[in-house]
Parts: sequence; C-alpha cells; structure tokens
Amino acid sequence: MNRIDSFFQSCKESGKKALVGYLTAGDPDMEQSEANVRTALTHGVDVLELGVPFSDPTADGPTIQAASHRALAAGATLPKVLDMVRRLRADFDQPIVLFGYCNPLFSYGYADFCRDAKRAGADGLLVVDLPFEMTPELQDDADVQDLVLIPLVAPTTPPERAEKILQGSRGFVYYIMVKGVTGAREALVTDLAERVDALRAVTSLPIAAGFGVSSGDQAGEVAKVADGVVVGSALVKAAEAGQLEALVTDLRRGLDGG
Amino acid sequence: MKQVPDSKGFYGQFGGRYIAETLMPILLEVESAYDETKADPEFRQELDALLRDYVGRPSPLYLASRMSEKYGAKIYLKREDLNHTGAHKVNNTIGQALLARRMGKKRLMAETGAGQHGVATATAAALFGMECVVYMGEEDICRQAPNVKRMELLGAEVVPVSSGTRTLKDAMSEALRAWVAEVDTTFYVIGSVAGPHPYPLMVRDFQAVIGDEARKQILAQEGRLPDMVLACVGGGSNAAGIFYPFVDDEDVQLIGVEAEGYGLATGQHSASICAGRVGILHGSKSFVLQDDEGQIKNAHSVSAGLDYPGVGPEHAFWADSGRATYCSITDDEALEAFHELTRLEGIIPALESSHAIAEATKRAMQASEDAILVVNLSGRGDKDLDTVLAIDHGVKGDAE
Repeated sequence: MNRIDSFFQSCKESGKKALVGYLTAGDPDMEQSEANVRTALTHGVDVLELGVPFSDPTADGPTIQAASHRALAAGATLPKVLDMVRRLRADFDQPIVLFGYCNPLFSYGYADFCRDAKRAGADGLLVVDLPFEMTPELQDDADVQDLVLIPLVAPTTPPERAEKILQGSRGFVYYIMVKGVTGAREALVTDLAERVDALRAVTSLPIAAGFGVSSGDQAGEVAKVADGVVVGSALVKAAEAGQLEALVTDLRRGLDGG
Repeated sequence: MKQVPDSKGFYGQFGGRYIAETLMPILLEVESAYDETKADPEFRQELDALLRDYVGRPSPLYLASRMSEKYGAKIYLKREDLNHTGAHKVNNTIGQALLARRMGKKRLMAETGAGQHGVATATAAALFGMECVVYMGEEDICRQAPNVKRMELLGAEVVPVSSGTRTLKDAMSEALRAWVAEVDTTFYVIGSVAGPHPYPLMVRDFQAVIGDEARKQILAQEGRLPDMVLACVGGGSNAAGIFYPFVDDEDVQLIGVEAEGYGLATGQHSASICAGRVGILHGSKSFVLQDDEGQIKNAHSVSAGLDYPGVGPEHAFWADSGRATYCSITDDEALEAFHELTRLEGIIPALESSHAIAEATKRAMQASEDAILVVNLSGRGDKDLDTVLAIDHGVKGDAE
C-alpha cells in the first residue's frame, strides 16, 4: 500500500487529524531547507508537501513566490530536490508529496521524473497547473510508479465537477478553502463544513483543507470538519524567522486538541 | 490546417489548459459563453457596427510606394495603427468586453506590456461603463509612460508589478493570481493569443478581421493574393489575426518576425520559436524560453510588446507544421526600420511593428519586382518616442 493510503487509514482508525505541511525545497539553500524539513517532520508534520521551485508560480502568493525565487537563486534544481527526498526517506517514514508546476517536470520528462521521484522515496505528486482535464498526460507515468496524483478541489468547483475529479482519484483530496493564491489569512472561510459535507457525498477519500491556515487555533477549527489541514505559507515564513518548531508544535496542539 | 483546436484547446501538441483548478470553472464558462456568442448574429452585428463606427474599420491597405521603390518589391502596409487607440489590440478588447457584458461581469482585468492592450481594454471598459484594472510591469510603466497616463485618464487602475523582470511575463502572472481572487466579478481580457484555452482561439478570431480585410483589399487592388504576409510576433495576436485568413492559401508565405533583442547569441532576446523549446507557461504548451531545468528565462526586446518569453500555441503549431516560418530581427534593425518608415512614408510605426517592417525590407530585396508583400503595421509609434529619443541620444533607454 502506498504510504499516503496507509497513513490516512491509520488516521481513520485512531481518529488522528493529519498535518500536511508545505515547505519550498531549496529555500533559502539546499542545506538549510533540508534542516527545516527535518525539523518539521520531527515535530509533527504527518505528510510533507515538498515544493519544487518554479520561476513563475502563478498560483502562489508573495510568501511562496519569494521562497521559490530564493531557492532558484541559491541553485536549487529538480535533481537536487530528488537527492534531498532520498536523504529524508532514509530517516523518515512520513508520506512525501512533491508539489509544483508542470514545466520543470515536463522539461525533465514525465516518465523519467516519475521513475526518479519514486526511486528517491516520494509517494505522490501535486501539480498545481495540471487540472483534471490535463492529468491524462501524467497519469500513466505516475501510475506505473505507484505515485499518487493528489486531486485539487477549489471553492469555485461545482459539485458535479468535483464528482468527476474525484472519480478514480487516490490519496487524499486537497480542498482549497479560499478563492485566491496561497498565503496566510486572518480569517478563515465560514462555509467549510458545508463544502466538506458536499465532498463527502461524492468521495470516500480523506479531505485535507488548506490555504490561509497559520495557527494552531485555525488548524483546530478546520480539523473539526476535515480529516487534515494543509499549512504552507505560514510554515515558510516561520522557517525564515527561525520559529518553525514553535509553529509546528502549535499546529499539532490545535489538531490534537491539547 | 484550420481544423484546430480540438475540444481541449490543443493545436496539435500545443495549447491546452494548464491552469489552477480555481480558474477552470470560469474558463469553461468563458468557453461556452463564447461558443454561444459566436453563433449569435446579433452579437456579430453589434461587434461589426462598433468596429466600423468606433474603431474606424476597415483599416486601409496602403501601398508604401517610396519604400517599395527603394527595396524593389510591392510593400503594402495594413494600417492597424490608424485604429482608434492606435493599434490592433482594440479589435479584441471590444469583442471580449461585449462577451463579458453578456456574462454579466462588470469589471475587466488585463495585463499589458507596451500598454496598447491596457489602453484598448480601458477604452472598452469606458465605452461599456465597466470598471477596469490593468497589471503592468514597473519596467514597462517607465518605458511606456504615455500609455499609463492614457489608461488612468480612461478611468482604469494601473497596478505596478514589481516581481521578476517587471515586464509582460510578470504582469500576466500577477493578473492570473488576481483573477483567482476576483473570479466572481471580473472578466480577464487577455490581449495575446496566449494563455489557457479558449483565449488563444478567441483572440485569434477577434483579430482575424485584420486578415479578412487584407485579403479582400489585396484582391481588389492587385487582383491576386500576396506572395508574403509578414507580422511581428511576441505573444502573436496581430500575426495570428492577419495570418489566419490566409492559412488555406498555400501559395501565400506567412512570415512571423520575433524580437532578437541584442542577438540570439547573447541570450538576450524574445525569440521563443527561433530559440526556445517546448514548455508550459501561463496556461498553454508552446515554445518557451527556458533553461535546462525548465525555469522560464527572462526575455529582452527594445519593444515592450514583444518582450515575452512565450508565444501563442497556434504559432507553435504553424511553425511545427511548416505552414508559417519564423525569423528574428534585432533591436538595432527594428530601430533602423522605425526611422526609415518614418522618413520614407511619413508613418511613425510602433517598435513592435518595426520588426515586421525590417524583415519585409530584407525579403523585398531578395524578391522579384512584382512580388507583393503585405506587412501588418500593428500599431503607431507615439508611445515609443521616449525610448527612441533616449537611444538616439546615446542614453540607455531600457534598463535590463
């Protein structure tokens, strides 16, 4: 069983809420980035979304844009990111999802990329600019390697479209809570429970909600209805400020009801 | 050749819809609204009336006689510079604004490089009483100051984009980001034949009026089709517009002229077809300037409107299939053509269009005397005076 599936299976049995944490690989450089990721995984991140930096991240807000540019300026490349996955895999059992945009993967070659990502120890892929209609171009290469393509559902996605997206999907659903780019927000949306219920009607996959979550209290709110919470920009900022351990601990507290 | 794109927006291997899920529903909505609109004769009538009475169409096809004499072939200029707002961009913004109104949107959003598309969108917004916001790179705000002022006078908000190279590429990225947040109220008016489907198709269709007219005009004036049709290519809207109606005329050579900047060898250019490789940028698969890792490279051109590291997918398809050929012209050659057309014909061309003029003079010299070349003079050069004057006075007008 893929690590993502077995992890969420265990959550279902224990009632644990999942913390899906995003960090941009190579930010501010490969070495510090790896240290940050290790900190996050050691202190409570359950599923790692490791960002593959791209020069033109059109779905990301200022925080992750800046992180991507720092990473590229410091020489981050896809092979280096895969090397990092390999080293992390030697020490950690948590599922690793590579998160990014099409072009660096397309440039590497989808088949080669999927093979090398799997060999390095990745379990899934989340490609922001590859919507459901476009996934066939990557699906077979991912399937051959048992890499899970994580489906995205947005607040603009109508129910019948969500159903189509989630038919045959694997892993978990990434529900984007807000209309907007990535980034920490003061207030979270109010209709999350409704949205999550609607998704549950069309899928049995676990649902992780994200976009805008930046504190343990917010994470706790989200976890009342979702199976997990995704935190990205807030972790990137905390890592920059040297407060990553504190934030992960706080998020964990919010999720575990401590 | 005309049986493209397919239902997913692919022109052969190019095109598609590589975009965040949040935007997919609106793209599907735009697509179905556009399909309905296209089939509606009332829409066409309203658009045609505006193009005639407001934009000033048809634009003339002018035989540049002194230029023709100097270079030894008949050079015709399709005078898109004479349109209201001074460029071809308005053909498309009027069409998209009409569509936006049908969809009940009250706010238009645009990205702009040279400012021509921004001005044309702000103009359409004023005409239809809509709000308008235009994303523009800070570098372009500096080098196209008159257009910034025009947009503001027209009531648009110009949002400076300070990320990346602070040019068209980053303006488009920022517009896409903003659209995600404002998708309920706002219609994104893309100015080029780039972006996710259905934009490349829609923009080409609205711009095809250029080629439809040019084809009729040359037949009326010369009694035959031209040997060559030339146009500059950044994202490629004016070229797609003039090429498309000639695509099935196999004897007509279609020549797209990319911006070679300081020269292909320097790496500082905007020649995505001539020097790029297949990649995915801003929602479609096409030729893209990128490094070995698939990171998008910075483009350079003296003309802000061509300063873009990608190109519309239909051009990639035409290049790949051999239906059109693409070449490049340096900053210096374009500047020379800018001055020459001004002095020989009394027409000050946009720096973008000057690239097509420069290539036309080269081709004319090699062609027979009765060869006919039709060049798309896509815009007028008033907006470029600061840039050209700065270069003429030895000041570097374009900070890299």
